[in-house]
Amino acid sequence: MAEIVIEARGLRKDYGANAAVAGIDLDIHRGEIFGLLGPNGAGKTTTILMVLGLTESTGGTVSVLGHDPVRDPLAVKRRVGYLPDAVGFYDNLTARENLRYTLRLAGIARAEAERRIEEAMARVRLTEVIDKRVGTYSRGMRQRLGIAEIIAKRAEIAILDEPTSGLDPQATFELLDMIRDLKADGVAVLLSSHLLDRVQSICDRVALFSRGHIALQGTVKELGQQVLGAGHAAHVEADGADIEAKLRTLPGVQRLEREGRGWRITADRDVMADVAQAVVGGGGRLQRLAAAEPSLEKIYARYFEEHQDAA
Amino acid sequence: MRREGSPFTGLGAVFLKEYADHLGSARMRVLEWLVVLSGIGVVAVAIITLRETVTRDQFLFLNLFLYQREDSAVPSLLSLLSILIPLVAIGLGFDAVNSEFNRRTMSRILAQPIYRDALLLGKFLAGLCTLGTGLTALWLLVVGTGLLTMGVPPSGEEVARSLAFLLVAIAFAGVWLAIAMLFSVIFRSAATSALCALGLWLFLTLVWPILVPVLVPMVATPDPLAARFGLLSDSQVEWYLGLSRVSPASLFADASLAVLQPDPNMTRIPTLGMLGQLQGMVRGAALPLNQSLLLAWPQITALIAAVIVVFAITYVIFQRQEVRA
Ligand SMILES: Nc1ncnc2c1ncn2[C@@H]1O[C@H](COP(=O)(O)OP(=O)(O)OP(=O)(O)O)[C@@H](O)[C@H]1O
Ligand SMILES: [Mg+2]
Repeated sequence: MAEIVIEARGLRKDYGANAAVAGIDLDIHRGEIFGLLGPNGAGKTTTILMVLGLTESTGGTVSVLGHDPVRDPLAVKRRVGYLPDAVGFYDNLTARENLRYTLRLAGIARAEAERRIEEAMARVRLTEVIDKRVGTYSRGMRQRLGIAEIIAKRAEIAILDEPTSGLDPQATFELLDMIRDLKADGVAVLLSSHLLDRVQSICDRVALFSRGHIALQGTVKELGQQVLGAGHAAHVEADGADIEAKLRTLPGVQRLEREGRGWRITADRDVMADVAQAVVGGGGRLQRLAAAEPSLEKIYARYFEEHQDAA
Repeated sequence: MRREGSPFTGLGAVFLKEYADHLGSARMRVLEWLVVLSGIGVVAVAIITLRETVTRDQFLFLNLFLYQREDSAVPSLLSLLSILIPLVAIGLGFDAVNSEFNRRTMSRILAQPIYRDALLLGKFLAGLCTLGTGLTALWLLVVGTGLLTMGVPPSGEEVARSLAFLLVAIAFAGVWLAIAMLFSVIFRSAATSALCALGLWLFLTLVWPILVPVLVPMVATPDPLAARFGLLSDSQVEWYLGLSRVSPASLFADASLAVLQPDPNMTRIPTLGMLGQLQGMVRGAALPLNQSLLLAWPQITALIAAVIVVFAITYVIFQRQEVRA
């Protein structure tokens, strides 16, 4: 297993009698994308602020790259990049000037900073507008500029709060791609979102938040097994007589639901081969057969159906 | 809890950015023109009259700062500055911190390896330097105009005195800058912050001088003997002076008069007559520069202390604020 870069133990934050974060444990490894997911007000931002040392915790410990963010905030902030929710820049300055300022604050020498700015802006495809005032930028461009700042800073950990909120599907797709690029550079990414399905595809592991607690933590697949109670899910599209009945009677199949132009099968073991055989053997034509990731949305909904009192 | 690293990391970067922002901002240009134009106007009036009344004054140049005709509505440069300086300082400071929240840049900046100390101090110093730049420019303008129109160069002492005045003016500007920044930390809305700073300024300039004579009899012990002659008791005089010096403007006026007005009989600082006697001075003779500075020293230190106290309060409040934007 890769080195642990963020470690939280029993971390909590109380606002008066309310616990915004009620004692959570987290381990984030180098080079993984970790998603903090949950509805509004679940405590995602509060957790991020405590990891960054921008808010003091009221209990528990957190260690970032071996440093305590409250005791030694500069060492942490030097190596961590942060893209806040609804990030803002100085609108009267150009993108280059904005980045120049943050890199100066980060203590990076002028010539080196200039080189890094050019390179980072090219990575997020903003080279053309690098000398335009940020006031003229769209929401998506600002978000990308925020990523460029993290790249230019050469952060080892990138913490992104709701990076895709307010973006259209195309911009979301591009941004998620850039986050994957960060991971490819060996950066550990901690991101938060309340849009489960959007980020599901890029997260290696997720923690599902609910009212300050982590309800579930692990890979999406693990969570699916844990909550939906099925090890395997598959998506089938096929033509032929009586396909649905045939599939339903296959051994191991627990559930069969219509999904798009085909069916979604949930089974307690790998039934892909059996499905193929059943369809083809029955004279049907197999159009598509793919292992389906369980949807986080579904996992989440199911979990809270079952644990209403826990939530 | 002990913190690692210097609190001044990044101070230079913050200072340079804020200073450049101030100098380039439209707001600063407006304020600067306001100061320069009204300053020139006042000085022009002073010069015209001073040239008519051909008195052989030893301190002709200092009159440029002080001159006011009794029957005229045109104020002296000194009284003009005691109004304009707070205005400009508030104009520069009222949104220093809350604008970072409102632009949502605060958390991004504080996620960089700097302490909040550096951000606050950098902003304050940048504002102070901007004010200093403006006041120095005005000073040069006044001295230059005087030189051109009056045809006599200022003496070394006059230059020294007017430079001392410049420093007093900058300290006064610092007080109002610190007050404006305090409000910019307390209130998230820039409008509220500006309103409160201006309100406090109006209160101290307009209401306080009226209030002090009302308050003094309530707190001071009256002296029946003095009262019989319609005079104030010692305790009343002390309270009067103490209360009126709550207003930075009166500290500024006292200190400025002390350095700009070498003739102690012309100043309204009551300790002055006594001091003159102690030094065995002849009435009407001018005080030497070091005596004037000594006289202004308590006011100057009070101004500087006020800056430090207000800044410290601002710092403590800012340090406790949660940064969510
Ligand atoms: N300053 C504060 N005082 C009191 N309660 C607060 C404060 N800040 C946040 N909270 C509470 O803490 C809880 C967690 O807030 P947090 O911002 O961490 O949620 P979140 O998961 O980031 O939600 P969102 O998706 O809306 O960003 C919320 O219930 C909120 O009301
Ligand atoms: Mg949030």
